[in-house]
Amino acid sequence: MASLRCLLRSGKTAVRAVLRREFHGTPPAAVQVTVRDALNQAMDEELERDERVFLLGEEVAQYDGAYKVSRGLWKKYGDKRIIDTPITEMGFAGIAVGAAMAGLRPICEFMTFNFSMQAIDQVINSAAKTYYMSAGRQSVPIVFRGPNGASAGVAAQHSQCFAAWYGHCPGLKVVSPWSAEDARGLLKSAIRDDNPVVFLENELMYGVPFEMSEESQSKDFLIPIGKAKIERQGNHITVVSHSRMVSLCLDAAAVLAKEGIECEVINMRTIRPLDAEAIETSVMKTNHLITVEGGWPQFGVGGEILARIMEGPAFNYLDAPAVRVTGVDIPMPYAKILEDNSVPQIKDIIFSVKKTLNA
Amino acid sequence: MRKMLTIISNVLRGSASRNGARVVVSARTYADFTPQATFDIKKCDLHKLEEGPPLQAVLTREEGLQYYRTMQTIRRMELKADQLYKQKIIRGFCHLYDGQEACAVGIETGINLSDHLITAYRAHGYTLTRGGTVREIMAELTGRRGGIAKGKGGSMHMYTKHFYGGNGIVGAQVPLGAGVALACKYLGNNEICVCLYGDGAANQGQIFETYNMASLWKLPCIFICENNKYGMGTSVERAAASTDYYKRGDFIPGLRLDGMDVLCVREATKFAAEHCRSGKGPILMELQTYRYHGHSMSDPGVSYRTREEIQEVRSKSDPISMLKDRMLSNNMASVEELKEIDVEVRKEIEDAAQFATTDPEPPLDDLCNHIFYNDPPMEVRGTNPWTKLKSVS
Repeated sequence: MASLRCLLRSGKTAVRAVLRREFHGTPPAAVQVTVRDALNQAMDEELERDERVFLLGEEVAQYDGAYKVSRGLWKKYGDKRIIDTPITEMGFAGIAVGAAMAGLRPICEFMTFNFSMQAIDQVINSAAKTYYMSAGRQSVPIVFRGPNGASAGVAAQHSQCFAAWYGHCPGLKVVSPWSAEDARGLLKSAIRDDNPVVFLENELMYGVPFEMSEESQSKDFLIPIGKAKIERQGNHITVVSHSRMVSLCLDAAAVLAKEGIECEVINMRTIRPLDAEAIETSVMKTNHLITVEGGWPQFGVGGEILARIMEGPAFNYLDAPAVRVTGVDIPMPYAKILEDNSVPQIKDIIFSVKKTLNA
Repeated sequence: MRKMLTIISNVLRGSASRNGARVVVSARTYADFTPQATFDIKKCDLHKLEEGPPLQAVLTREEGLQYYRTMQTIRRMELKADQLYKQKIIRGFCHLYDGQEACAVGIETGINLSDHLITAYRAHGYTLTRGGTVREIMAELTGRRGGIAKGKGGSMHMYTKHFYGGNGIVGAQVPLGAGVALACKYLGNNEICVCLYGDGAANQGQIFETYNMASLWKLPCIFICENNKYGMGTSVERAAASTDYYKRGDFIPGLRLDGMDVLCVREATKFAAEHCRSGKGPILMELQTYRYHGHSMSDPGVSYRTREEIQEVRSKSDPISMLKDRMLSNNMASVEELKEIDVEVRKEIEDAAQFATTDPEPPLDDLCNHIFYNDPPMEVRGTNPWTKLKSVS
């Protein structure tokens, strides 16, 4: 039912796809779906599947979502299941956690993860730690989701990446999808997971279309949390990334390929638990590693990956020190030229790859 | 006739002691006791309410004995915890509830076990009234595997069915409680949530955020402020611009009542529960109560208040004495009978303390368990890269 709706929403392309499927007997066609629509469909299907699932957050209902991710859901499910909250993060995050403790399965949206800082005590102390503190008596099946990291021109208070902050804490699962398929499969898994999941989206990715296979459009399409994906195979260097930076890594890899350098690009998909094994296996093949992230360098995601590589079997396979490509260690400036130079660009990735390979 | 019976009872008791038996024999039969009595209780101060709880409460003999037993159990359990803490058998934080027993017991008698309750860290009394046993509470305090949280939570993190702790972060439990109430309304189960906090927490911003949403969405939530006059070492006058905590909910109706009188608390809770169940939304209760101990075991409790003040409350307003006096002066129980209960309670506490001090600590392979629910077993990094520990749900 939902895939039909998805097809209708995608308009002409979809109709063409259906026609192609019916009359020409070619293999099932993929569909172009934006990350936004993938998230929307995932939530729609999970709301339909389980009555205990509900969504709350600022502007999620009647406004259709600040970034339109929840478009149409309130119209379909009503006030009981799609709840507009006042601008009180600490309060509504706590309410969401309490509802999860009492048997519901809330999706708590933060308009951006910058605002989650107001509620971070509820995420960590009330949600993440409770199953442990209660020795298994009290579980908290909740998803905290929203856009994370840099956007465009929104300046310092609205551009922070929280992957490292949340990734630090036991008791949480932290997911960072890149593609539409990631968004769909991981959000469904997150909603079905019986534990607190922090789901880090990216505003700049919402409007980006991706081809989605027929299989990935099925209602029970789930991507397991904790498993990375190799987006591009290569032999010369392992490039590990998450979220929007995966796009830049693939673009950089395309440029490098022309010079005969084949990058293996790994899309982490999950920050915690980190799929160290996938990275190690790749490094043992390529002997070189760089990590690429939008967040700040100190105590970040890249720092953790490098430490794990040092401590694990892959260290002996490195032919050069592993390095991190990160956002610049400053609050995000506003002016476009400054902002552009505050986050990794394709040229920074290419430069770092070449430096690592020549070192 | 009564005098003769008393004489006989004394003689029998005397002979029983001489034989070494510790049983107190009461020759008076149940038929001698008043089965129930009606008591005047203090009027509640009302905020945005036309009428309040009734001014009289009916107490049956059975109820009275049960309230007495439970309050006495909490009292003795807390005093035993004090002892064990001073012996360094309990460590870390220990916030004792003695003096406030009428709140926990009165509230529980005004709701059902199928309702929900959440409180802050002064939670041992509630863990008991919500279905925990003295044994598992004490063993949790001493950090043993038989503890209610297997020794992994400690004093501030105890849970039972429909009791969500035990919360260490001041004020955080209030939005949680409203969330539980939201689930009750969502699921349509006619259950309510009692959400407790102290006079110190009452100034927290997240509580006002919660008042707003609970009222907007008409959540079946009873907010209860246990005002024991001191937030740690700061008296209410020094912490709050308005100490009328029952009015701080503004648009939420409120009552202020004597939290030392278990009947007052019971009637007010029944009134509040009815308000919530009828779909009128949240309501706020302020219980004026007192804690005999300091804020926690590391606070002697006399640097910010006088010993005279503590003594005065003990002699004039003690909740257990108040109930005892009521029952005795209305012939609802005998001195011996209540003493018998005291002895039984003392024994229960002793047994529990014995268990709590002899039960082994949790096994080391439980260290990394209970990270995730319903997940396959996973590895957890130990203190160094070569130590990989196992974690199961």
